[in-house]
Amino acid sequence: MKPKVAFFDFTSCEGCQLEVLNFGEELVELLAQIDIVNFREVRSRRADNYEIAFIDGAITTESDMERIKKVREQAKVLVAMGACACLGGVNCLKNFLPMEENLRIVYGDCARYYNTIPARPVSSVVPVDCYLPGCPMNRYEFLKLAKALLLGKKPELLNYPVCVECKLAGNICAFDKAETCLGPVTRAGCNAICVTSGRHCWGCRGLVDEPNINSEKEILQKHGLTIQDILEKYRHFNGYLIEAGGGPTQHHSLSGEGQLERRPSPPLPLSGEGREVSK
Amino acid sequence: MTQLSINVHHVTRIEGHGNIIVNAKDGKIEEIKWEIPESPRFFEAMLRGRNYEDVTWLSPRICGICSIAHATASIQATEAAFGIKPSEQSMLLRKLLYHAETLQSHVLHLYFLVAPDFLGADSVIPLAATQKEVVLRALRLKKLANDLADLICGRKTHPLSCVVGGFVKIPEAQQLKTMQQKLIEATKDLKKTVELFKGLKIPNFVRETEYIALKDSQEYAFISGDIASTDTGAAPVTDYLSITNEFCVPHSTAKFTKHKRDSYMVGALARFNNNYAQLSPQAQKAAQELGLKAVCHNPYMINVAQLVESIHSLEESLKLIDRILARGLKEERPEVKVKAGRGIGAVEAPRGILFHDYTYDDKGILTQANCIIPTNQNHNNIQKDMEALVPQIINKSQEEITHMLEMLVRAYDPCVSCSTHFLEVKFI
Ligand code: SF4
Ligand code: SF4
Ligand code: SF4
Repeated sequence: MKPKVAFFDFTSCEGCQLEVLNFGEELVELLAQIDIVNFREVRSRRADNYEIAFIDGAITTESDMERIKKVREQAKVLVAMGACACLGGVNCLKNFLPMEENLRIVYGDCARYYNTIPARPVSSVVPVDCYLPGCPMNRYEFLKLAKALLLGKKPELLNYPVCVECKLAGNICAFDKAETCLGPVTRAGCNAICVTSGRHCWGCRGLVDEPNINSEKEILQKHGLTIQDILEKYRHFNGYLIEAGGGPTQHHSLSGEGQLERRPSPPLPLSGEGREVSK
Repeated sequence: MTQLSINVHHVTRIEGHGNIIVNAKDGKIEEIKWEIPESPRFFEAMLRGRNYEDVTWLSPRICGICSIAHATASIQATEAAFGIKPSEQSMLLRKLLYHAETLQSHVLHLYFLVAPDFLGADSVIPLAATQKEVVLRALRLKKLANDLADLICGRKTHPLSCVVGGFVKIPEAQQLKTMQQKLIEATKDLKKTVELFKGLKIPNFVRETEYIALKDSQEYAFISGDIASTDTGAAPVTDYLSITNEFCVPHSTAKFTKHKRDSYMVGALARFNNNYAQLSPQAQKAAQELGLKAVCHNPYMINVAQLVESIHSLEESLKLIDRILARGLKEERPEVKVKAGRGIGAVEAPRGILFHDYTYDDKGILTQANCIIPTNQNHNNIQKDMEALVPQIINKSQEEITHMLEMLVRAYDPCVSCSTHFLEVKFI
């Protein structure tokens, strides 16, 4: 039996779902190995007998809360896909304003028709088994994770900062161009694509498990920047944890040992009792 | 008594959420409603208080499917506010990048979201087994468009190298030459796509409406020009609010719009209806073969217009690469001097005209933003189309009616995740 897979979108830009479709022929190979039973964006048929659920988007409404809990009840493995699902992502920027203010800015006089709650990552509502960080997620990391799950393994995320990849890529450091870069504390796995493409790192992949805040501080001092500058920058994707009060030191771990959600990371049910996912 | 009650909750194969609701008793229609319950994302509120660089970084994330359109509208709004005129090289690269997104978005929509309706499949997934050649062709075209975008801006979803003032990284001449070769090879795949769509039966439904799109005297407009209407002619971009006239409806988080009539249409068909004479020769030929003539009032023909535009984008990309190579590429550092002011960026996203309207203070911090997305402008037109279509097909079975309405919604390619201000099909 092929594993049954479902995709669910919450409050997102759908860029991560699009990344799944952005493969070339690999997509046909992948489709041959799994049974996609629910993927609203591309498929009319819908079924609820899935085992693996890929979630993109943050939780931002009461109905999102109910829906994600239902998905968790059904899914044996729940994967948070992209910065919105993993961290809350850009959606959390609105949390820094009162909700009524957000509604008023966007809808003016019509604000009374709508409701919204502060944006939050999936893991703040239900346990998450695997993470695919990034905005958008890296599709090759998705493929790696899909293969690992098919083999009944738990995929590992890299746990060193973007700077390592950036130096390997031979980039000129953004700090030397008078920019503020979050590379020193952000989890690698993107090949520092933003720096390579002429920008700097905004921290979309979240913090490494033990971010060396001291070394970041040193870099900041050297370039005349303050922790406030960096917190400003952190807001773009990691606003949820800044709000939680800790700033970059109190970090939200994507490997399940974080301080925001202290819960043991359970063995993956797909690999659990020697259960073989057929290939 | 026959009771017709259709409630399609979350139409599939569209980006975002929309419901169709139709209620009829003994052939008498009681209710037809196009609902949009997408979770709003409050981008306009999120952009406030950010500096212009962060605004450039955040704005593509309004929509992952047309992130280059949002990036371009955003960059051009900021440039207008600061009074920056990008170099000729930057504009050529920007146009080339824009064709990459148009091509990739149209191919995705035509093959992944629309074609299954015509090929009797529920999605592209079973087609991968039964019509492998078709699916591989779709994937090849999509990948090529992606590769072109990657080459110009570093990454198709949420572009990187394009910034206020120009580009922080440019491709190498040799890379462009190789890309040009691949684009030439892909012409075959687009020809086959024309053959495929020639064979598909497109519903014959006509409803006259107003068609609004950018118009530029120099070229088939995507990122420049004035706002043109098939009813009222051209108006400068700065007049956009008097054209879009947004209003809220209780059943949707999307705002609706209207201009001279009850509703208007934006997107590929609206562009075609306004600017067909400026299409590339091969695109004009394809339009003829596919039976698309301006002014066309059949919304199901939007898909044909998208295909015609795909051919245009590919041909134009080849020409743009020639021009870029003939000029010779040179590194330029975008120069940005911030100043207080307001600027409006208007572009043709794959789904239609898109406006970003920003006000900055003298430190380059955004104080006010207004974004009007194409899908919101089409919602009202979808509603009016449904009201005209349902009485014509009321004697068909519930399944057939549902299917035709879903196809109608999909023809518009609604991209309701565009989250700025905000859709679902329900037949109760
Ligand atoms: S993580 Fe980024 S690309 Fe993915 S859904 Fe969120 S905003 Fe879009
Ligand atoms: S600080 Fe940024 S630019 Fe510098 S090496 Fe690290 S990731 Fe690269
Ligand atoms: S460089 Fe930073 S912002 Fe860019 S993809 Fe990597 S982690 Fe995300």
